[in-house]
Amino acid sequence: MSDLETFRAETRAWLEANCPEEMRQPLGSEGDICWGGKRWEFKSEAQRVWLQRMAEKGWTVPEWPVEYGGAGLSKEEAKILKAEMKAIKARSPLNSFGIWMLGPALLKFGNEEQKLEHLPKIARGEIRWAQGYSEPNAGSDLASLMTKCEDQGDHYLVNGQKIWTSYADESDWIFVLVRTDFDAKKHEGISFVLIDMSQAGVTTKPIKLISGKSPFCETFFDDARCEKHNLVGEKNKGWTIAKYLLTHEREMIGGMGQGSGGMRPMGDIAAQQIGLDDRGMLADPILRTDVARAEIDGLAFLATMERVTDEAKSGQGVGANSSMLKYYGTELNKRRFELMMDSSGSDGLAWGAERDVASHWLRTKANSIEGGTSEVQLNIISKRILNLPTA
Amino acid sequence: MAMVLSEEAGMLKDAAKGFLADSAPVSQLRRLRDEESADGFDRSTWKAMAEMGWTSVLVPEEHGGVAMGHVAAGVIAEEMGRTLTASPYLSTAIMGATALSRFGSDAQKGEWLPRIAAGEAITAVAVDEGRKHNPVNVTTKAERSGNGFKLTGAKSFVAEGHIADMLIVSARTAGGDAEEEGVSLFLVPQDAAGLKIERTSMVDSRNSARIEMDGVELDADALLGEVDGGYKPLESILDAGRAGLSAEMSGSAQECLYQTVEYLKERKQFGQIIGTYQGLQHRAAHLYSEIELGKSIVLKTLQTLDMAPDHAAMMVSAAKSKMGQVAQLAAQESIQMHGGIGMTDEYDIGFFIKRVRVAEALFGDANYHTDKFARMRNY
Repeated sequence: MSDLETFRAETRAWLEANCPEEMRQPLGSEGDICWGGKRWEFKSEAQRVWLQRMAEKGWTVPEWPVEYGGAGLSKEEAKILKAEMKAIKARSPLNSFGIWMLGPALLKFGNEEQKLEHLPKIARGEIRWAQGYSEPNAGSDLASLMTKCEDQGDHYLVNGQKIWTSYADESDWIFVLVRTDFDAKKHEGISFVLIDMSQAGVTTKPIKLISGKSPFCETFFDDARCEKHNLVGEKNKGWTIAKYLLTHEREMIGGMGQGSGGMRPMGDIAAQQIGLDDRGMLADPILRTDVARAEIDGLAFLATMERVTDEAKSGQGVGANSSMLKYYGTELNKRRFELMMDSSGSDGLAWGAERDVASHWLRTKANSIEGGTSEVQLNIISKRILNLPTA
Repeated sequence: MAMVLSEEAGMLKDAAKGFLADSAPVSQLRRLRDEESADGFDRSTWKAMAEMGWTSVLVPEEHGGVAMGHVAAGVIAEEMGRTLTASPYLSTAIMGATALSRFGSDAQKGEWLPRIAAGEAITAVAVDEGRKHNPVNVTTKAERSGNGFKLTGAKSFVAEGHIADMLIVSARTAGGDAEEEGVSLFLVPQDAAGLKIERTSMVDSRNSARIEMDGVELDADALLGEVDGGYKPLESILDAGRAGLSAEMSGSAQECLYQTVEYLKERKQFGQIIGTYQGLQHRAAHLYSEIELGKSIVLKTLQTLDMAPDHAAMMVSAAKSKMGQVAQLAAQESIQMHGGIGMTDEYDIGFFIKRVRVAEALFGDANYHTDKFARMRNY
């Protein structure tokens, strides 16, 4: 048996023995997702045990090095783990912005002390992180951010306001883009810092959205303290890290709803909701066309994600293609949810139910705004891929 | 399978690009049109293509081919789409070779495949009877006669029909109109008695013909595949052609975008390069994104044809539908972004919108394939 086959067999056996039955059931609602953190209350003993066992194996972040809480798996091994988890329908043991965003940034730009301090706590789900990027006056024009970070000798003092900070009211720490030089050009006076949210100088206020939910917050910094060792990378070079994370975020948002392949095909949903006529065709012929076009675009988008990944691996990639994926993927996801609403009729218009379609539909409207609007992505494609001039 | 070209296919692509740019650019199609060429294609270019092995790309090695598969065939078609090269490549090297190598008897293979590979025989597929593609709708009759069959009926929109040495014709041996069962395929030599071939002039200046069969007598060995069982093979032959057309349209769409973006970088209005205007930038960037999706689904489809040809139908329809829409968008947007000059015959962009219209319609337009996709998805 090859090493990979041995790994697969061992992984399968371990998952079989250690993944609680309850953690193999589909998520009942968003509330069943495990986010971790100091204030986290496990929804069940099974959820707690599943996180603990996976964290001990280093499998909440399988590709991170062992010394930072990961398992040091190769890409091929991580792929096998993912496939084996999918095969038994195992839930993700831990979701977090620490895993998706800060972790990759620290691995690339952090120093050894920062990695050892923060990464294992992310891997074990002990600290929940929020992302402090946008400000009320710095949305698409993120680099014009004004949150002030002053050098006080032995520490920094931070004043200002962030907005759209996801789950900030439930988070323990926040990674923040701050301005450390007000005289430099706007991209050159930004730094990337880590701030403990448990201090009095940091407060949060949830924002109620059109979806009826409040996943986003305003976060205020009033003389908040940031220790000097919590500056990541060089002072005034934070934009490089910000850009890296934005690309990362775009790929994540763009692939949402398409990449995982976990969602039911739109045609199946429509057929179930609307029914078929006596020729076996969707009873709403105009919706049928829209659904078929959306499914075809979905196939083409999946093939594009695959192609862009394979091109990157073979060194033929176009870097800015993450903008194309973000643009197309989010617009497609919005289309998909419009069709979902069309298919659901008056049922879809119900408000307040546990798994209401309307709330999800409304949430998707943010897809083409967050992480850089569709218009910003089109600007990036024009400039960096098509090489069109700027005025 | 990785969604990138193999080294071999990559080399073929570079070679095709270089050859076509030098020997068969858009100006060649323009010349053929202006000279009212009787052939409608350039025989010396065709000969050179055959010498490079392009006509043998889907012919098995035992019949003188190189059997490189549909991805390679698509790479060539894509490059021809960039230069709008007029040739019987699609009807012969893709569809004729697929028909004979997959469904031909040993004798039929022996007779035709070496000649296709050598570029010595041209084939055409005669399937449509109405103005919209619907291959199940066959009223052309094939009656038993003597030792063989007698064909009566008419076909239209037969690409390369008037230059073909042999036509692959669908005809009904049993069953009612619009039934799959009872369709049979026949190999009809162009000099058969009772066969009338008339060239039809098309908007893209490429070859198309209408054929009439008035009691065309054929021997039994003219039958391709099983009697009454020709519909499934026909779909496979058509799918090879549809995938090839999708690849061709991908090349055309990419060329439209390229020429348009170059124009946006040069043209000045209101004292500014027009490429600095966001209104045009966003149109171009959206078009880029659509073309990237089209390219991906075409490659995926060609790979599927190579790996699982009997399970490729849904992907083929998805690709023909998507790429047909994308290529039309590309051609239309190119004219708009070029402005007035895009409307002139002197400028090449008009050749693209014309060819893409025909390629989109040939063997099923985007609407046909969207509907077919939905049927295969059971809704």
